[in-house]
Amino acid sequence: MRLPAIMKTTAARLSALYLLLFGACAVLLVIYMTSISVRIIAAQNQETIQEEARNLARAYERGGIPRLVRVVEQRARQPGANLYLIADPNGRILSGNVESLQPGVLELEGWTQRPFAYERYGDNGLGQRAPTPETARGRLAHTAMALVIRLPNRMILLVGRDLGEPERFRRVVQRALILALAFMGIGAFVIWFFVGRAALRRIDSISAASQRIMGGDLSGRLPVSAAGDEFDRLSDNLNAMLTRISALNEGLKQVSDNIAHDLKTPLTRLRQRAESALAGSKDKAALREALEAAIAESDQLIRTFNAILMISRLEAGYSAESTDRIDLAGIIADVAELYEPVAEERGVALKTRIAGPQTVTANRELVAQALSNVVDNAIKYCAGHATAPAVSIALEKTEGEVRIVIADNGPGIPAGDRKRATERFVRLEASRSQPGSGLGLSLARAVMTFHRGRLELADADPGLKVAMIFPAAGAAS
Amino acid sequence: MKILLIEDDREAADYLERALNEAGHTTHVAGDGETGFTLADGGDYDVLIVDRMLPRRDGLSVVAGLRARGQRMPVLILSALGEVDDRVTGLKAGGDDYLTKPFALSELLARIEVLNRRAGAGDVETVYRAGDLELDRLSHTVRRAGREIALQPREFRLLEYLMRHAGQVVTRTMLLENVWDYHFDPQTNVIDVHVSRLRGKIEKGFDKPLLHTVRGAGYMLKAG
Repeated sequence: MRLPAIMKTTAARLSALYLLLFGACAVLLVIYMTSISVRIIAAQNQETIQEEARNLARAYERGGIPRLVRVVEQRARQPGANLYLIADPNGRILSGNVESLQPGVLELEGWTQRPFAYERYGDNGLGQRAPTPETARGRLAHTAMALVIRLPNRMILLVGRDLGEPERFRRVVQRALILALAFMGIGAFVIWFFVGRAALRRIDSISAASQRIMGGDLSGRLPVSAAGDEFDRLSDNLNAMLTRISALNEGLKQVSDNIAHDLKTPLTRLRQRAESALAGSKDKAALREALEAAIAESDQLIRTFNAILMISRLEAGYSAESTDRIDLAGIIADVAELYEPVAEERGVALKTRIAGPQTVTANRELVAQALSNVVDNAIKYCAGHATAPAVSIALEKTEGEVRIVIADNGPGIPAGDRKRATERFVRLEASRSQPGSGLGLSLARAVMTFHRGRLELADADPGLKVAMIFPAAGAAS
Repeated sequence: MKILLIEDDREAADYLERALNEAGHTTHVAGDGETGFTLADGGDYDVLIVDRMLPRRDGLSVVAGLRARGQRMPVLILSALGEVDDRVTGLKAGGDDYLTKPFALSELLARIEVLNRRAGAGDVETVYRAGDLELDRLSHTVRRAGREIALQPREFRLLEYLMRHAGQVVTRTMLLENVWDYHFDPQTNVIDVHVSRLRGKIEKGFDKPLLHTVRGAGYMLKAG
């Protein structure tokens, strides 16, 4: 079965659902209320009848049948009176305000089990025959409940009450229910029309905007109204996501530009060298030199490619098999020892400050490589820049973290550039002249991310301070 | 020496075969893992060079299979993979050395020389000698022409490695791997500076150079 097109909108479906729910609730409530009210009214009726019967019984005791008849006649005449009837033992009506009643009622004794039909004097005044149960029910002649009492002289006394009141009540409630349901239907439609359609319009505008963005306009944003409702929150989040995507996109573009620059330049040089060697002198030594330069150039290229590959692998994720419990102090000592002669050669004082062993779960090779990249950078940039160039490597333990802090007193990195400095291939303009793949810090950052740690750049005033931050042993799972 | 090269890349295999033959070796080439395994198991090779990714049978499985059959010849594994743990898995499978593609030919030649020598040298000498230079591994002393030379622990290990492979080319990465036990590629010429410092200590005041730089390859310790 297919729903009509209008039901395909969430708003219409929700409206219909709510209508159904509220309608069902209203019907249940009304049924409950009516049944309770009817029961209360019935109980009240019984009470009244019993009271009357007691009064009449007292009259009979005092004055016998004559007095009873008198009292009954008197009461029967009052407006809105109860039903009174006195009959002889054969069921012939002697007195009271009941003209005829359903046969069989007078044979009973005590409470009538179910409502019975009757006719009152003056109702149609034409002295119709007593109605059969069928006609009574069909024409809804009056119905009543009553108490039938046998008097000591075998006369029959009936005190009853008309049941028209609960019937009327039920009709009123029924009408109210139908009215309420009708109003609810109208309400649902109004809600759908105004609220639902408004929501729909906003969703439509969001889909239209996303379609535009998908079409290639990444700078487009979803509309945000001033209401600050859930649609605005959705749009806000989607907009934030778009901003992130375009930032990533921008980053990717930057990377490709940088790859183009950093790989194309040496490739071009390589080609030129080979070409000029081919075209130039046939001097064997010159040829050899050109070839050696070409090999050195391609080695540098391979190194760059290896670094790119490694970063991608590291970014792909952590693997517990490749890590071990290692002592960072040992690695720092190793790397410091490895770089000490180079530092000395360049006039840089390389110092380490290690309090004691610090064990973390990590990959020794990767950590050593990251650290050597950072130290390499530090030595490279502070050599010749400071009057007394110095690089220090410190191992610190703080709350839940173990950090290796490498500080130099070189030119540092301006605060605005620090974040960019760890991006792939980013070589700040000032450093483009320095040799290197430009991937040192990126690789270090990838290594730290791999270890669920992070790499932080800060001002050493003067110089750059790089912190390799590991989660403390135990903190890393 | 007699070398078996198991490499499926025809061009690379031809190039390596020619280069190895030029270096004075006898080289056989197998184009896939299964053929390579059969040849290696049957032939009497001094060194095996095995590419990791091979048709019909994976390089590591070839090595593991040979080791399971009791073949002890040194194996150099070549790989284009750059995973963090590749070296470890390669060596676990029974390889003796591991080289990542692309590599310099001089690196490969230096490594197979060392592998071959290592296989041959059964007993370990306690004193290495090269010309008038003497290194005592037990007392941790170095003497040249009878005069004692004071070395830092790392310099001692560097010299020890160079002397153990005296007369052979030792590359910078081999030094970093064997003396420092790191396998990454340092950006700067850190090894060169260590070597030149060592050179200063063992050659200063003496006429004859001992520690030679081999252009485009590495270093060689040689007397005379």
